Amino acid sequence: MSLPTDPFLAADHRLVPSAGGRTGAPEDVVVLGRRRLVLARLRRNRAAMAALVVLVLLVVAAVLGPVTYRWITGWGYIGQDRTALLQPPSAEHWFGTTLIGVDVFAQTLRGLQKSLLIGFLAAVISTGLAAVVGAFAGYLGGWVDRGLMWLVDLLLVIPAFLVVAVLGRGLGEAGWPVLTLLIALFAWMITARIVRGTTLSLREREFVLAARFSGVSVPGIVFRHLIPNMSSLLIIDATITVATAIIAESGLSYFGFGVRPPDVSLGSMIAVGTPSAFTSPWLFMFAGGLLVLTTLAVSVLGDGLRDALDPGSTRRAGR
Amino acid sequence: MIRQEPTTSRAPEGTAPLFEVRDLTVAFVGESGPVPAVRGLSYALSRGEVLGIVGESGSGKSASALAVMGLLPSSATVSGSVRLRGEELLGLSDRRLARIRGSRIAMVFQDPLSALTPVHRIGDQVAEAVRIHQGVSAAAAHDRAVELLDAVGIPNAAQRARAYPHEFSGGMRQRVMIAMAIANDPDVLIADEPTTALDVTVQAQVLALLETARRMTGAATVVITHDLAVVAGIADRIVVMYAGKAVESGPVVPVYADPRMPYTIGLLGSVPRLDRPGRPLTPIEGAPPDLARLPQGCPFVSRCPVNVPVCRTIEPALEPVARSDRRAACHRRGEIAFGRIGGAPVFPLPEIASAREESPRDGRPAVLEVRQLVKRHPITTGVVLRRRIGTITAVDGISFDIREGEALGLVGESGCGKTTTVMQLLELAAPEEGRVSMLGRDIASLSRDGRKHLRREVQVVFQDPFASLDPRLPVGDIIAEPLRAFGVSLDRRHGRVRDLLDLVGLSAEHANRYPADLSGGQRQRIGIARALALEPRLLVLDEPVSALDVSIQAGVLNLLEHLKVHLGLAYLFVGHDLSVVRHVADRVAVMYAGRLVEVGDADEVFGHPTHPYTQALLSAVPIPEPGTERQRTRILLDGDLPDPADLPSGCRFRSRCPLFARLPPERRRRCSDVDPPLEPRSTGDHQSACHWARDNPILPAGAGRSRTGRSDTD
Amino acid sequence: MGRFLLRRLVHHLVLVFVAVTLAYVLASLALDPRSRYEGRNPPAPPAVIDAQLSEYGVNDEDPLPERYVHWMGGVLRGDFGTTVTGGSINDELWSRALVSLRLLVIGSVLGAAVGVLVGVVSAVKQHSFIDRLFTAVSFFFIATPVFFTAVLLKFGALQVNEAAGETVLFYTGYETPGLEAGFWGTVTDQVAHLILPTLSIALGLTALVSRYQRNAMLDVLNSDFLRTAQAKGLTRRQALYRHGLRTALIPMAPLLAYSFGTLVVGATFTEKIFGWHGMGEWVVDSITRDDINVTATVALFTAVFVLFAALLSDVLHAVLDPRVRVTA
Repeated sequence: MSLPTDPFLAADHRLVPSAGGRTGAPEDVVVLGRRRLVLARLRRNRAAMAALVVLVLLVVAAVLGPVTYRWITGWGYIGQDRTALLQPPSAEHWFGTTLIGVDVFAQTLRGLQKSLLIGFLAAVISTGLAAVVGAFAGYLGGWVDRGLMWLVDLLLVIPAFLVVAVLGRGLGEAGWPVLTLLIALFAWMITARIVRGTTLSLREREFVLAARFSGVSVPGIVFRHLIPNMSSLLIIDATITVATAIIAESGLSYFGFGVRPPDVSLGSMIAVGTPSAFTSPWLFMFAGGLLVLTTLAVSVLGDGLRDALDPGSTRRAGR
Repeated sequence: MIRQEPTTSRAPEGTAPLFEVRDLTVAFVGESGPVPAVRGLSYALSRGEVLGIVGESGSGKSASALAVMGLLPSSATVSGSVRLRGEELLGLSDRRLARIRGSRIAMVFQDPLSALTPVHRIGDQVAEAVRIHQGVSAAAAHDRAVELLDAVGIPNAAQRARAYPHEFSGGMRQRVMIAMAIANDPDVLIADEPTTALDVTVQAQVLALLETARRMTGAATVVITHDLAVVAGIADRIVVMYAGKAVESGPVVPVYADPRMPYTIGLLGSVPRLDRPGRPLTPIEGAPPDLARLPQGCPFVSRCPVNVPVCRTIEPALEPVARSDRRAACHRRGEIAFGRIGGAPVFPLPEIASAREESPRDGRPAVLEVRQLVKRHPITTGVVLRRRIGTITAVDGISFDIREGEALGLVGESGCGKTTTVMQLLELAAPEEGRVSMLGRDIASLSRDGRKHLRREVQVVFQDPFASLDPRLPVGDIIAEPLRAFGVSLDRRHGRVRDLLDLVGLSAEHANRYPADLSGGQRQRIGIARALALEPRLLVLDEPVSALDVSIQAGVLNLLEHLKVHLGLAYLFVGHDLSVVRHVADRVAVMYAGRLVEVGDADEVFGHPTHPYTQALLSAVPIPEPGTERQRTRILLDGDLPDPADLPSGCRFRSRCPLFARLPPERRRRCSDVDPPLEPRSTGDHQSACHWARDNPILPAGAGRSRTGRSDTD
Repeated sequence: MGRFLLRRLVHHLVLVFVAVTLAYVLASLALDPRSRYEGRNPPAPPAVIDAQLSEYGVNDEDPLPERYVHWMGGVLRGDFGTTVTGGSINDELWSRALVSLRLLVIGSVLGAAVGVLVGVVSAVKQHSFIDRLFTAVSFFFIATPVFFTAVLLKFGALQVNEAAGETVLFYTGYETPGLEAGFWGTVTDQVAHLILPTLSIALGLTALVSRYQRNAMLDVLNSDFLRTAQAKGLTRRQALYRHGLRTALIPMAPLLAYSFGTLVVGATFTEKIFGWHGMGEWVVDSITRDDINVTATVALFTAVFVLFAALLSDVLHAVLDPRVRVTA
């Protein structure tokens, strides 16, 4: 067949140097490496590039913003300006102030910082867990597989929100790492299933059989062959999990089960701002807008990554 | 162009062509600009005529067929002209074209599993083809569908019409595709690789059915295939495509006998032939050009052994060959005759290692001994709702051995248990029943360490060069992986990789490349290098060339031949392509439904097959020479392999056995009561499992490979 | 088939049992009902508090297994125990369950149906303006947390009501308390209350389903069997509707099972924000109030709901795809 339905396939079959026997390097054929092909494809996707720029700006703002803002205006997320209670945005307080005179801009940046940190960490942990569990379950099969998949089923049935809320309630101010872990703990199951499914087909692939028949150990096969060959799936999935985790964190914080005062999160800011949404919208609109902007950028980037890494795939579009 | 050729005997002289394709071009959207797939293809057909379009992957043969049907994605650009009885089809609206598709031009696709809608019943899908064009009631269409299914040889058609595609075998699905294609008596029938994924006996059935279909409908037929032997049997004329262009065309007999384009010569020279086992193969070096960056001049120039300077600058047109109705696209077509140019062969015969000294077989130690091996599988149904419904015996008590320096060919159709056998052997796990010993050691008695140690001695080369190399690792790491697993130091690994690359005919710089950067042939060489890394004594070759284009296949086969002689390796060569097995193997074991039915010296088994299944297999293999091919009579088998969960009593082959069908009842009883064991036949250690075995040479005379004949050609 | 579903049901029931047990144990360990009593003014004597807590089955001095067995025994008999203030859980459970189910069932059916429709249109008209629009809107709703969607909807409803000059869209409660307007009046009133909460959970589901459906449909658009259908003489559009649509629906079945879990969490936010007295609101309040029994009861309810969704998706899958059917 000569239909280049999948540009990758086309690359595999076409961009090959003059081959066969003892012929040396190709004369005039430029071989595009996979990485360059992916980057080129990503660069052509305008939405994904815009999302990437937005995301980079958000990270920069979250990291450098608080320091810079304090340097310019002198306000942090804790201090109170007793001369400006519940003030709309101004030059002094860019996003206005709260009922007790805390600077909303400084709070928003602090919240953004927390959200991004929790989001990225949870994504890394959850995707790593999913990859290891899914790959071992799929490759080993038998009772290991049955046991692990039972665990996955169980975690899917357990009301995650309820459990995290119950446990998260007891955490103090410094509880965000535990919160991150809990979020990650309930975010990996579906990915693990997909990884297991992919492993089931990969383990019958000849390069895996070849490794097994030449004496490579089980962990060797899992970490050297199986997981690297799912890297596009995992990258895409990690991206999507960043968004999921941020949403989960903000939801928990919205109900007061997540990040605790005096620390702030975008979710808790929205919760505080909602009752007076109609009279002083600056209290929650900036936080909400930034939250949506972050998750939107992450989702769009994830979608673009999938198109670039995995053209023609049918799996998931955002979660 | 070709349309000006005198038409063949099947059509009356002077009539306008029924179907005419002129200057067809197709281009797809590529990563960097349009990629041409078809670059000016022309042909014409009259009623009842059969045209074979032959080409390797990427030659544009399938794209041209889809373009004719208007089935290419809208992103593809198509130009030229396609006329059916003078009516132009290109540029018609989808609605108008739909009225022609299926009624006047019908198509049979490759891979009949994905080509049928999985969620609709077979009968409904056939009935739909009737209803679209004939405006009959649903009930009438259904009755007609059952009739059609019956006509294409679906047993129990009325009942099977209610089944879904996944409940049909590959051959049966292809019959359904043909039933749909002939439902409306088309004028033109296009078959795109109609037999590619099928076993050889099923291929013979489907080809016979296509011929019947052609006779029933009188349709002009286009058969698109990569298999020169298939075309030799059924086509009147042939078009050879390369890099999107026709490079040679004409009536089949003269084209096969005296090809003028070096590419055609190379193709014919690289196909192993069942009737000429000792003949060395001439590989075509290199790979087809990248269509997105076609070089100036002839696209074949970099692989052509007789190219001249003009070939690099001007692309030759498809022009008539002197005093004939044939055409070839080669600047030197006038100088070439019968595969030779200026007295020398266009493709020089490769240097093949001289035959090793033949010590008698009994004197050589056994590398692998298998006795009464049994392997069972659980059977499950459903995908989401899985459950176990029983056990099948995939391998049921087979015995064979392989001596040092010997190649055993294990042949059989898909589902016969040959892959299961190989996997069981490679696992080095104790068999459920029976005994396996490698290099004199019983596998069941091995410790964990002993098993790992034995891994060094038996290695494997797989079928698919695209799947057998990890795409994420550079070639050097892939080859070194077995060494790494056995704790060889990094330094020694590097040296060994260089040696191995050299051994399989690649250069050291390939070590830093990734598999994606290499061609199929190169990848398969890397697979071989990896298998040789631990210096094994036995190499298991699981269909090592069946995924390769023929022009590349020959080079790999020659390499395997070379390695066997130089390294004294023993091969277990698993294959379904009997021509390839014939070329490689010293001994052959034929497998059917989990049993060996015939074992022996290759010359004996191929020259004097005694089991009716071996005979049928051999007769089903087409030979790429029109003259020979058309005179052969085929032994056609009915149906498919029996359901392994429900095997016939007595002899497992009796449900399909042509001999059984002719036996008188009292003899038949023996077949249905007694399972025939392997018993010695005429000479040597030739054995077969048939109560009524008799020698029946299937291949054309002179096919036998005598010992003396062999050393001549080697 | 029936027998198989039964086995599946048993498997799920075991999971539900383990999940609820875990939820009960966790809630018992993490929640502290005693603190509610100790903090009272005037302080009650410890012995009285102990007796009270033991009576409700939430005394941390009593051994946990004993409390669990007591509670679970009650559940098996249909008695879910008492709330932390001594009220009967059974009294509240069914009215709250109905409120939640109304929201969940209407929301999921609506969300899934519209999602499929949007996805199909998007795929068939790939790269068109409508596809881009749907894609952008879907991404927005996938990226927006339900509680923010709800707040925005509330905000929007206020504007609508102001423009209309009367309350068209309600955003508190699921009915106007004490309304006497006859049958149709009541229905109209309830629908007016239903619109915003349902929208706020359905929009996210629609967005998600539409993305999956679009991908599944795109995959089908390139399939061989669609080409065969066209080769038989169907136009592309006919082939798409007769052969493509049903095949593209198949991957939606498992998705449905997974998305129900998310939906339940979404409903929690929705109920809380729109003041619906459903299960979601209950669980949030009960965690804040250290109410172990209610928390475990809601966990049970959620798990059972997810179980039904999983079974439904199995059945749906088998109905859509003959390849996964098991002939018994």
